[in-house]
Amino acid sequence: MQDYELMLDAYVKAGGLPEIFRDSNIAHLVIHENKVIGKKLVKGLILEPKETVSGVDINLKIERNIKIENAVHLCFGVLPKEGVQEINIKAKIEDGVGIKLLAHCVFPNAVKVIHRMQAEIEVGDNAYYEYNEVHFHGENGGIEVIPKARIKLGRNSHLVTNFSLLKGRVGVFDLDYDTEVLDNSSLDMTAKIYGYADDKIKIREAGKLIGRASRGLIKSRIAVKDNAISEIINELTASAPEARGHVDCVEIIQGNAQAKAIPIVNATHEFAKVTHEAAIGRVDKKQVETLMSRGLEEEEAINIVISGVLK
Amino acid sequence: MEILRIDKISLNLGGRQILKDLSLCVKEGTIHSILGSNAAGKSSLAYVIMGCCDYLPQEGRIYFRGEDITSFPLSKRAKMGLTLAWQEPARFEGLTVRDYIEVGMKKKDDALIKQALHEVLLEPKDYLDREVGKSLSGGERKRIELAAVFAMKPKLAILDEPDSGIDILALDNIIKMIKALKKQGTTVLLITHREEVSEIADITSLMCSGTIVNEGKSREVGKYFKEKCIPCPTKVFPSQKDIRIKE
Repeated sequence: MQDYELMLDAYVKAGGLPEIFRDSNIAHLVIHENKVIGKKLVKGLILEPKETVSGVDINLKIERNIKIENAVHLCFGVLPKEGVQEINIKAKIEDGVGIKLLAHCVFPNAVKVIHRMQAEIEVGDNAYYEYNEVHFHGENGGIEVIPKARIKLGRNSHLVTNFSLLKGRVGVFDLDYDTEVLDNSSLDMTAKIYGYADDKIKIREAGKLIGRASRGLIKSRIAVKDNAISEIINELTASAPEARGHVDCVEIIQGNAQAKAIPIVNATHEFAKVTHEAAIGRVDKKQVETLMSRGLEEEEAINIVISGVLK
Repeated sequence: MEILRIDKISLNLGGRQILKDLSLCVKEGTIHSILGSNAAGKSSLAYVIMGCCDYLPQEGRIYFRGEDITSFPLSKRAKMGLTLAWQEPARFEGLTVRDYIEVGMKKKDDALIKQALHEVLLEPKDYLDREVGKSLSGGERKRIELAAVFAMKPKLAILDEPDSGIDILALDNIIKMIKALKKQGTTVLLITHREEVSEIADITSLMCSGTIVNEGKSREVGKYFKEKCIPCPTKVFPSQKDIRIKE
């Protein structure tokens, strides 16, 4: 099989829909290691990938006031057991733009693979930018995923990010997102990860609510079992009048796993407010017993509770 | 024919006697009420019958349809046809009302799920896809709990204070729903502290200080409860007096 077909195969296993690559109304970009192996554009979307020694630099631009009707599909991956992939994204989302990106990152055979992503994203005024990233890793655990993003959000805009890594071993994961939010804009960041064996999960998601009436929600849903470790740092700073933020972290542990949550909420203006909630521990006994009283075995009940939290 | 028999069970939790030498017999096809004031041990009795963790009695036996289930785990008892509608139902992030009701059903049956929601006055189209989480009020969550028990079609349903947190207008429907459970073949063990609710039962057992102290026709036991137990004359838990009045 050619790389493209193998990538599609892994993409489907990650939950992707193969038909989108045949649809002329849906833009896509497929990158294997440092090679661009598939690309389709739609009107108003500028997507310029440039191959480098260890990955691909991507320049993403959307013309002013353009709404991209269908989600733009990205597929990044490394199929061999070993390799490095460095993706650098520069995105300029002009005023009035609406775009949704859906990235599938597939590393089904990784034994010694590093995937780094560095993103600089600038979102204009009155814009909507949504970035969803779904990972599919193999069972070897030999993968390091290091996504970093610096995002600036203009006025009256909305930013949504969803990260999920629920299939296969996490390996080593170190996410670091920083966002600045201007007047009347909102950010909504969610990360959902299931770690096991000796997986290591580290997440830092930070939002600076510097604009008047800006809004921020940072949500983490993590489950770890065996000897997996997670550390979640959710940081929200509100420094403008009427800025409001909330941090919401749930971590479920089983076996010898360890979980740490560090919510940092900081208000530096008398009319700003930031709140947080965090819950760490084993699966709630009452939830499990409730499901068992309907006839489920304990393990089935625990799986349903965890699946719900990570849904 | 008896569906549940409890022989002299005692339960101690944290050095405190919660249930003392309690015996009870529930006949198949009936609504049997356990009436008692707060802290009489009613919910503990429900957890003991259901087999909840930490509620293993130190003494006594529990028989369900003639089989000794005292040492059976919770899920095994549920598979035998025993279930519990919890007084304060748990909330589940990411689980829809449809998913939740379906958990206890032997096979998928959308019509039955909708019927169960109608029975508790909830419009299926407004609830089926909602999360059994924070967005539901306590009253809505209670009704969904009852709907889940109805759809499960158990042989014996323990309803722990199904009327608490339910507004007065909906109470009639909850009572109708309990009768519907009986009609579909489910025996109901109805736990309540309100004598007007226990009146729908075929038989009522009065519970006080961790044991059954009286049993008889619901109206008579309810009348006794209203006259003699409100306010509680002993105000002691566990009772220091011999309050056993059961014949």
